[in-house]
Order: sequence, then structure tokens, then C-alpha cells
Amino acid sequence: MSFSVTDPTKGTKWFAGIAVVAYAVITIIPLLWIIATGFKSPTDSIAYPPVVVFEPTLEGYVNLFTDRTRATEQMLEEAGPPETWYDEIARSRGTVISGPSRYGERFLNSVIIGFGSTALCMVLGTMAAYAFSRFKVPLKDDLLFFILSTRMMPPIAVAIPIFLMFRNLGLNDTHLGMILLYTAVNLSLSVWLLKGFIDEIPTEYEEAALIDGYTRFQAFYKVVLPQAATGIASTAIFCLIFAWNEYAFAVLLTSGTAQTAPPFIPNIIGVNGKDWPAVAAGATIFLVPVMVFTVLLRKHLLRGITFGAVRK
Amino acid sequence: MAQIRIENVRKDFGSFTAVQSSSFTIEDGEFFMLLGPSGCGKTTTLRMMAGLELPTKGEIYIDGEEVGMKPASQRDIAFVFQMFALYPHMNVRKNISYPLKSQGMPSAAIKQKVGEIAEILGITDILDRPVGGLSGGDRQRVALGRAIVRDPKAFFMDEPLGALDAEFREHMSEELRALHDRMNATTVYVTHDQLEAMQMGDKIVVMNHGVVEQFGVPQDIYDWPATKFVAEFIGSPPMNFLDFHGLAGAGEQAVTFGETTFEIPRLIDGDSGDLTFGIRPEHIRLDDSAPYRGEVTAVEYLGTTQIITLDTANGTVKARAASADRVKVGERTGLSFDPRTVTIFDAETGRALKSEANVGVQANG
Repeated sequence: MSFSVTDPTKGTKWFAGIAVVAYAVITIIPLLWIIATGFKSPTDSIAYPPVVVFEPTLEGYVNLFTDRTRATEQMLEEAGPPETWYDEIARSRGTVISGPSRYGERFLNSVIIGFGSTALCMVLGTMAAYAFSRFKVPLKDDLLFFILSTRMMPPIAVAIPIFLMFRNLGLNDTHLGMILLYTAVNLSLSVWLLKGFIDEIPTEYEEAALIDGYTRFQAFYKVVLPQAATGIASTAIFCLIFAWNEYAFAVLLTSGTAQTAPPFIPNIIGVNGKDWPAVAAGATIFLVPVMVFTVLLRKHLLRGITFGAVRK
Repeated sequence: MAQIRIENVRKDFGSFTAVQSSSFTIEDGEFFMLLGPSGCGKTTTLRMMAGLELPTKGEIYIDGEEVGMKPASQRDIAFVFQMFALYPHMNVRKNISYPLKSQGMPSAAIKQKVGEIAEILGITDILDRPVGGLSGGDRQRVALGRAIVRDPKAFFMDEPLGALDAEFREHMSEELRALHDRMNATTVYVTHDQLEAMQMGDKIVVMNHGVVEQFGVPQDIYDWPATKFVAEFIGSPPMNFLDFHGLAGAGEQAVTFGETTFEIPRLIDGDSGDLTFGIRPEHIRLDDSAPYRGEVTAVEYLGTTQIITLDTANGTVKARAASADRVKVGERTGLSFDPRTVTIFDAETGRALKSEANVGVQANG
């Protein structure tokens, strides 16, 4: 490979800049569209041609978080003037709020299951990856291949056996069941990714810690883990995104207590099938935790593994 | 501080034998060099002493206690790695205090101790800097600081100067030796650099292909190599080998080849067949009247001396001569050898024949 030693010309810089901006715009348009739809009225949301400039309303968010019943004019009069701004929005559509919707619970389920399985996956993954990286494990290569092979078919292909297994074990529609399932699916990816990162860390660091009077496990978590922060952060993001967005297993295995947000959001659309703003609002809020998590770990993603304390 | 004894230590990695049945003793307070080319097993030997590898066979004693299977953390030794292995996520102070923390020393005492060590090594001003931006020499000092901070039984150093620039190496090697003399701590030092080994070591073990070739003080190893490998590995240029077919009888004081008879130290063991006559370059004299002839093929001027390469009937020879001597390429001249410094080797096994001159040295190894 050869690298150009001359600085890029102005034309090249412009071209590169425009290409990056264009790519960013193309990827971000669907996202912006969903966010915008969340603030549209139901009519605007299905208007054709699509409206870009519209009068924003919080109706979608009100509909997302509340259950409403259709009210006659007589009922509305009896109820008196609306007490809050969201009451007002509901009444403007001839409905009254009968209580909070289930979205909050489902969202919380997603948080528990998504972050729980990611955490479990990281704990097991780093330890397994460390063992594979550093120790003489019998049949190491075969085991690693076997671990990877669990990802060679789509996980949903084993949905029926898993469904039956979960039913017999009483794990159907439980948080524990979903955490175990997502951990099992993600573990192969995390072991492989983390092993790569840990392989890159020179063994001298741990050996120095062993000599300095620390046990193998102390050396692992005091010296190796901080070095592997980059790898752990990026692997954790991959695991979280998978568990967070998983839809098929969630539909199949959860219905009530442990149902996550993805199977819930489409149901918001309602019997008339036109409440797109509420669906878009649900999707928008659903995006936030993964974005926050990624932004928080961004520092680790960008930082190098070692800072040159070992000279290569 | 401690005496370290290695007995019949062997290390196999799968089908590869890194160290075969090594035995030697490192006395208390010695600066001990493990010398050999890369892949000779010197680092593996050191790592077994430190507890970073487990020996396949044999015993390792530190202060009379068998430690072969003990984990490194319980051996109370310090290790300086070639690449320093400073913890990159800690600053200099934390790096140096890390071994003390594992002993549960109170932080006030740690602070004081680290301050003392920093004073000794002259790194007080960089204590609160991250290790990332340090120069090679400062990293080396921090690595040393981490090693000496808790007064271990012994220091193990794996080519600690290998990562430094040549000019700085000289300086650090002096500092290291001075530090050793001040602390008087048993130090085992691995190097592939024979000059470093000769300069710094009280004693040297020369290893090759996992075998201990010779063990002794630098002067003895230089003067009386036990094998052709040692003779060649140590000295620059190395010892000259004149191969001949003949007889070297026990009790004899001369060998004959090329129709010339050369005086040698009186042999104790005899041998015949393919033999090698070994002589250091500085023990060869160019002497026109000598009967053994050679043709000058090259002259390298080195300032105070010059290296003269000659072709002889028994192979190429390099002689060290005063730079004032006028020697021209292509000239034929006679060579004479100092009879007190000759070693005769069995050409096949490469082992030196025992003579009255080297018998004391050989008994050591």
C-alpha cells in the first residue's frame, strides 16, 4: 500500500466534504421524518403529497402516553372545562383521558431487558474472551468456532424450540427469560469481538501486576479491563442495539408483564389504523436511550487502547 | 536479598524444548547475566525464575525455598520488562506505588517511600505526569522505580535497555550498575548483547539452543571458552578458528598443522581427528620471520587498533594489531600465536579440550 504524502487539494477537500454531508443527510432523513411525524396531526401525517411545513402539535405524544375513551357532548359538558393542556388536546378530538397507557411499562421493560442482557453479556464475554486469549484451553479453536456457529443461522430459526423450552421452564413472558435469551444470542459476538481486543493488549501488563503481588483475577480487572475499555464499550453498544431493537422474539415470547417496547409500538396505531403520530412519537422516545448510551461511551470508542506505554 | 539456585530446569512448549536441563547458582548480591542469541532460552529461564512460566521439570530455589510451582505474586521478586509495561491508565506515581498497594501499605507510608525512590532515580519532577508522554529513559526509570520500591528478594530484568537508543543505553547501563552496587541486590539480567554482559555482569551464563554452554566470570569466559559457540559469540571480532586434521595428545604441549608446530598450554585431555585451533585476534602477531604464512585480504582501521584479515591454509583469520603497523592488502606475511592463550576444540562436538590453562575455569561450568 502506498500513501500520498502531498496534502489534499482544495478540490479534493470540497469533494470529500460534500460526499460526507450528502451521506449524512441521506441516512438522517428517515430519522428526521419520524421525529417530525411525531409532532404532526393525524391528518398531516398521512397527507399526500407529504407536508414538510406543518403546525406542530403534541397530540401524538398525548395519545402515546394515555388511554382515551370517546365522549358524547353531554359527557364533555358534565366533565367541565379541561384541567390540563393534555386534557385539552384529547377533548379537541372528542375524547376524554381514561388513564395512562402501557407505553411507560413497556419502555421500562425494554430498559431492564436491554441493559440487563448487555451487562450480563459483558461480564461473561470479557471473562470468556480473556480465558480464550490468555490460557491454554483444550480444543480452543473448536470451541471458538462452535461459539461463532451459533450465529450462523438467524436466531429466529430456533424460535419454536425456544418457545417450548421457555414454556416448560416457566420463562415465558418474564424479564429473566428475555435477559437470558438476548445474552445467549449476543454472547458469541461479544466473545469474538472482545477476544480480538484483549489479544491486542500486551501480556506484560498482567505479568507486571502478577509480579507486583496481585492475583490473576486482580490483574484481570485492575489492569486488563481498563485497557480493554474501548473494546468493551463498542461491544456493549452492539449488544445493546441488538437487544433493544429485537422484535421477533419479543412478539413471540412476551405479551404482558415482560413485553418490550418494539412489539408494543405498532399496537398504538389503534383500530382505525391512522394514529401514525403516536407511533412516531413512541419510536422517537425509544431512540433516546441507545443514543444517550452511545454518546456516553463515545469517548472510549475514540480513545486508543494503549497510549504508548509499551514501546512496539 | 537472596541466593537463587536452578537445578535441572527444563521447559517444553509442545514439542519444542526451550530450555534443557539447566543448572546454575546465583549468589546473594550478584549482578548475573543470562547471555545468548535470540531463541536460546534465556528469557524463558528468567520467566521460570519469576514464576511467569512453570518449569516442565526441575527445581528453582530462592533462598533455599523451592518455588518452582509458586505463583509470581508470592515469590517477592521484581521484574523489569523489555517494553517497560508501565500501566498506561495510571500516572507515574501510581505506577510506582502499585506494588506497595498490593501489600496493603498505608497511603502515607507509600507516599514517603515513592518520594524516596523518585529522589534516587531523579524523577521527582515527573511523578504526577501520565506515563504516555514520557521519554524512553524516563519510562525506564519509572519501571526501575516500580521494581525497587518494595525491596524485593531479587530483580529480574529482561533486556531492559533493549528499547532505548544506543547513546542512551550506555548511560542507563552505568546507572543500572550503580543502582545495583548501591542496593547490593541480587540481579538477574537477560541480554543478547555480549558487550553489555561483559561490562555489567559479575557472572555470566551463556546459553544456546536451550543449553547452558558456560557459566563463570566474564574474564574466564572470554579467555577460556568452553565451546566453540561461546568463543564465537563473545568477542568482537570473535575468536579465530583454524581447522586442522591431526592429533592433540594428552600431556602434549604442541600441535602440528600446515607443516608448522605451535606451542599450546599443556593438554590434560587428548583427542585426534578433526580439531580446531582457537586464538583471539589480539593474541596473533604479524611476524615476517614466522613460518606460518597468510595473505592480507583486508585492513579495517579502528583508531587505536586495526583489524587485519588474512587468508591462511586453514581458513580466514582476523588479527588485531597496533594501528601504527603498516600493512598492505595483498602482502604475504608470517603469523605467530601467543602459546599461553590457545584453546583446542574438538571440531565435531565443539567442546574445548581440557588443558592446564582452562581446567580451573571449566570446572566451574
